[in-house]
Amino acid sequence: MSKILLLQGNQAVVEGAIAAGVKFFGGYPITPSTEVAESLAEKLPKVGGKFIQMEDEIASMGAIIGASLTGKKVMTATSGPGFSLKQELIGYACMAEIPLVIVNVQRVGPSTGQPTSPSQGDIMQARWGTHGDHWLIALTPASVPECFDLTLRAYALSEKYRVPVILLMDEVIGHMREKIELPDNYDEIPQAERKLPTCPPEEFKAYATDESLVPAMPPFGSGYRWHVTGLVHDETGFPKGTPAATLAATNRQHDKLYNNLDDIVEVENYEMDDAEYAIVAFGGAARAAYEAVDMARAKGMKVGLVRPITIWPFAEKQMKALAGKVKHIMVHELNYGQYVLEVERAVAGKVPVTLFAKYDNEPASPAEVFAKMEEAFK
Amino acid sequence: MNMEEMIDKYFRPGRLPHIWCPGCGNGIVTGCIVKAVAKLDLPKDNVAVVSGIGCSSRASGYLDFNTVHSAHGRALPVATGVKLADPNLNVIVVTGDGDATAIGGNHLIHAARRNIDMTVVLYNNNIYGMTGGQYSPLTPEHSKAATAPYGTIERSFDIAELVKAAGATFVARATTFHAPMLADLIAQGIEHKGFSLIEAVTACPISFGRQNKMGGPADMIKWQRDHALPLAAFEKLSEEQKAGKFPIGVLYKAEGVKEYTEAYDELIAAAQGGK
Repeated sequence: MSKILLLQGNQAVVEGAIAAGVKFFGGYPITPSTEVAESLAEKLPKVGGKFIQMEDEIASMGAIIGASLTGKKVMTATSGPGFSLKQELIGYACMAEIPLVIVNVQRVGPSTGQPTSPSQGDIMQARWGTHGDHWLIALTPASVPECFDLTLRAYALSEKYRVPVILLMDEVIGHMREKIELPDNYDEIPQAERKLPTCPPEEFKAYATDESLVPAMPPFGSGYRWHVTGLVHDETGFPKGTPAATLAATNRQHDKLYNNLDDIVEVENYEMDDAEYAIVAFGGAARAAYEAVDMARAKGMKVGLVRPITIWPFAEKQMKALAGKVKHIMVHELNYGQYVLEVERAVAGKVPVTLFAKYDNEPASPAEVFAKMEEAFK
Repeated sequence: MNMEEMIDKYFRPGRLPHIWCPGCGNGIVTGCIVKAVAKLDLPKDNVAVVSGIGCSSRASGYLDFNTVHSAHGRALPVATGVKLADPNLNVIVVTGDGDATAIGGNHLIHAARRNIDMTVVLYNNNIYGMTGGQYSPLTPEHSKAATAPYGTIERSFDIAELVKAAGATFVARATTFHAPMLADLIAQGIEHKGFSLIEAVTACPISFGRQNKMGGPADMIKWQRDHALPLAAFEKLSEEQKAGKFPIGVLYKAEGVKEYTEAYDELIAAAQGGK
């Protein structure tokens, strides 16, 4: 049985979190993500979970790292300035391979920027915000139902690959209200499971792996006493800074994701079968792009939409293929031009890439997107 | 249990020798943590040790518990997550003066305010040792440091008074000279249901003592002996006599303050009863 609701994107994330089995949320109030924290403060205790409002954004990341070590599914939510503060411990979670989900409802930046206005200005920060070589996953929903689905998917990926997953929302999607159909009962939703060791504790090496390259992660208190550190470490989990250990750790943290791009990278194609031109857009910006494609099709233009759902890792294969299929690509994003840099790199000059950057605090209308496409694709 | 048995039982095989300099007091403090755990006979699987970054924070890697060597200043938020998510774990936080009171100062006052059940062992060596002797918030005024070549003009925190004011419900101090007392205070802190902090005054001959002409390791331990006084004796001194001296022992203990994870269980029961 299911129910039909009218929810904000932020509320759908909360429903997704409860459905995914989240039992711990550490947060700090910040617009435009606050609804996530407020709603989980109410809902988590009802399912035996815990919400804690920490003293700052850094502490909320620290708290979910600690809670994740006890085996719980954990979440934090933030926006621009808070996302900047969380970067320190996002790097820690990459290095120590701690599963967790960070919701970032993007707003206009830099600095305090425009707290209540939409932006997709954190695309590159989501990828490169913390120092050092590192790899993680970022997902971008474009509708309220997709907020729910991608929250579940964020946990599936985070637990499977032991990696931080960023649910990269934007203010359009976070605050937009839309119809969503949800199951009455979340009990039947499959729960992402963390790999547990099969060997006895005395033989356990915390970062030893099989061919999956993902180490097992027993919860604290389970009898497997292991060491967690942000220092470069070897398979025992203890610090080891030799060139060989550094190389092995770095390569494995990369390969555990990049050997599995077909599992991780999701891209939606809309009206692409016979398309000669493509617009690439994601999240809130994709909303106008769908309609602009419909407007173009009504006028006989063979245009389709390519919508990355997984923003990071980059949809390399899909964008390279796109360059072999269409005559011209337009990237539309709500920033000065970030994702387009990756598209250009993948396309490598095979076809023209035009940017429609919108960075004036407001999303583009379908008519504006259509006008830009007409101009670019003529 | 003698010291050798304690090392075999509570230190991870193959992880010693430690990284600390000859003459460093951190080994004595870490030994006192182990003695406290042994005294209370806590099962190793039920102990989580969370540390930050710095010399003292390396202790977590040597100890055979569930251990986290977190980020600089962030031991307390991580420990808060561990404890709140699994209140059955005995959480011990290992931190230094720079880690806990400078970069982690905000977390320290808020963890104390929540009165969440954990025991902070603050290794106070008055200096940033690992980075080579820069002044910390616990470097005494006028002391020299790598970043205070003319002597620091900043006043230092009285960390015991700070966490007491912030809401800690058990506050104590001892030195590495008073090691048996230190172990006993840590054990009391672990037994105390609430936020406890034990300041462990420990010598850093290389990065602090040398810059301030305090002599060798033995001289610095004698300095601890000569400047620390049990609280009752300290309180009998005149203000003039107190200058340069500091009290040790249990400095503050509050009873009857609700512990955070217990309060949370009540919150959950109320939320579930009210649905």
